[in-house]
Amino acid sequence: MSELAGTIPGKGGFSFDLCKRNDMLASKGLKPPSFLKTGTTIVGLIFQDGVILGADTRATEGPIVADKNCEKIHYMAPNIYCCGAGTAADTEAVTDMVSSQLKLHRYHTGRESRVVTALTLLKSHLFSYQGHVSAALVLGGVDVTGPHLHTIYPHGSTDTLPFATMGSGSLAAMAIFESKYCEGLTRDEGVKLVAEAICSGIFNDLGSGSNVDICVITKGKQEYLRNYLLPNPRTYVSEKGYTFSKKTEVLFTKITPLRELVEVIEVGDAMEE
Amino acid sequence: MINLIGSESDSQRTLYPYVTGTSVVGIKYKDGILLAADMGGSYGSTLRYKTVERLKKVGKHSIIGASGEISDFQEIMRNLDELILYDNMWDDGNSLGPKEVHNYLTRMMYNRRNKFNPLWNSLVLGGVKNGQKYLGTVSMIGVHYEDNHVATGFGNHLARPLLRNEWHADMTFEEGVKLLEKCMRVLLYRDRSAVNKLQIAKITEEGVTITQPYALKTFWNFSAFLNPTAGAEGSW
Repeated sequence: MSELAGTIPGKGGFSFDLCKRNDMLASKGLKPPSFLKTGTTIVGLIFQDGVILGADTRATEGPIVADKNCEKIHYMAPNIYCCGAGTAADTEAVTDMVSSQLKLHRYHTGRESRVVTALTLLKSHLFSYQGHVSAALVLGGVDVTGPHLHTIYPHGSTDTLPFATMGSGSLAAMAIFESKYCEGLTRDEGVKLVAEAICSGIFNDLGSGSNVDICVITKGKQEYLRNYLLPNPRTYVSEKGYTFSKKTEVLFTKITPLRELVEVIEVGDAMEE
Repeated sequence: MINLIGSESDSQRTLYPYVTGTSVVGIKYKDGILLAADMGGSYGSTLRYKTVERLKKVGKHSIIGASGEISDFQEIMRNLDELILYDNMWDDGNSLGPKEVHNYLTRMMYNRRNKFNPLWNSLVLGGVKNGQKYLGTVSMIGVHYEDNHVATGFGNHLARPLLRNEWHADMTFEEGVKLLEKCMRVLLYRDRSAVNKLQIAKITEEGVTITQPYALKTFWNFSAFLNPTAGAEGSW
């Protein structure tokens, strides 16, 4: 059995095979396709009964808004949700993958998933890709050990925090949190604060915009409030309407069925190709 | 100007800042203008100087706050002091107001930028003359505008959202100071080059007062900070 001399790479991890070719193309002037990023504001905070996650709904492709109402709060488990910032495909894929792994784990153990499990699965995946999987996540949930909130960075580091913000609008949202957060918030106070922080991102950061999504997770219950606030409605409606007035007068109508002009062979040999 | 950019060895242009000041925040209030800035001068990532006065009086009607390279700010102050002196020497009863000083600063910054030798500062200029309040800003490339609330550096990202939500016309002095302190506290938490020693400058029709340096109260006792990994053993 012959083997290719030492060129079979090990399994898993990022494959750097095409990097040299990409560099060569770039030096010849070829611009790589730009990523669909979710230049974003995502936040999370812990209140007295659980966790509240919030996100804006704008997805950008460079300077263009690609999706005005995308979903950035991803389902991980019935008691765990994850907001994602960075490259949309990366956040979508990584949360989907870990969500499936958690489901299998639930079947295997017969227990409710824990937030630290999702945390460890996500961070070890991201670390093994050395930051090339550009996903910055805010992971929150309530399990048997209580409410948890974590941030996960693309390189695989994590933080455990009482309140957290990520994305391009994170500074605008953090300014709101730092000035107004306190412990033991009620559900309504928490939702109000999260909405305020996301709005701060929407109106002060160009990468964030459109609507506010909120997810409230408490013991045994989660409420996914899609489009909780719509602070950017489309207000202009043309009075003239969008139909066209009939300008051309019909003088006479003549219909010539094509059957009279063309020989149609009903049975028999079809035309040669 | 034959030597437009030239080789790096014979040029004396400012390429990067060395000793820098961080954000300045300014707002208009009922009686005039309030500016706030901390007293830190960072040397790269070291907090080298902690008594740098970044808020200064300019003539009878204006105050200036600067962030960025401190030596360039000192140069700007020399030019401004000369400007005010010459204006006083006319002894004609007129004095330069904040609008004029702002314009002078804009021209100075933009001209230096055009020679590829910028004064590495972001400036805030506020003042009151004949009852008219004025608050403007100039950046190191000459971008200038006036507004009801301005900030430089990190203040743009952290303080402006708060100011946009909470500023309203005709705030009292106490409300204004409270709002500025709120912004400076967030900057203290989240800007690595901020120091907890700040001054607030007030200018009204009567004149200029710059407070003595003082520190803000901070809160670090969230239970999650005391024991962050409760229930998440092994993570950080």
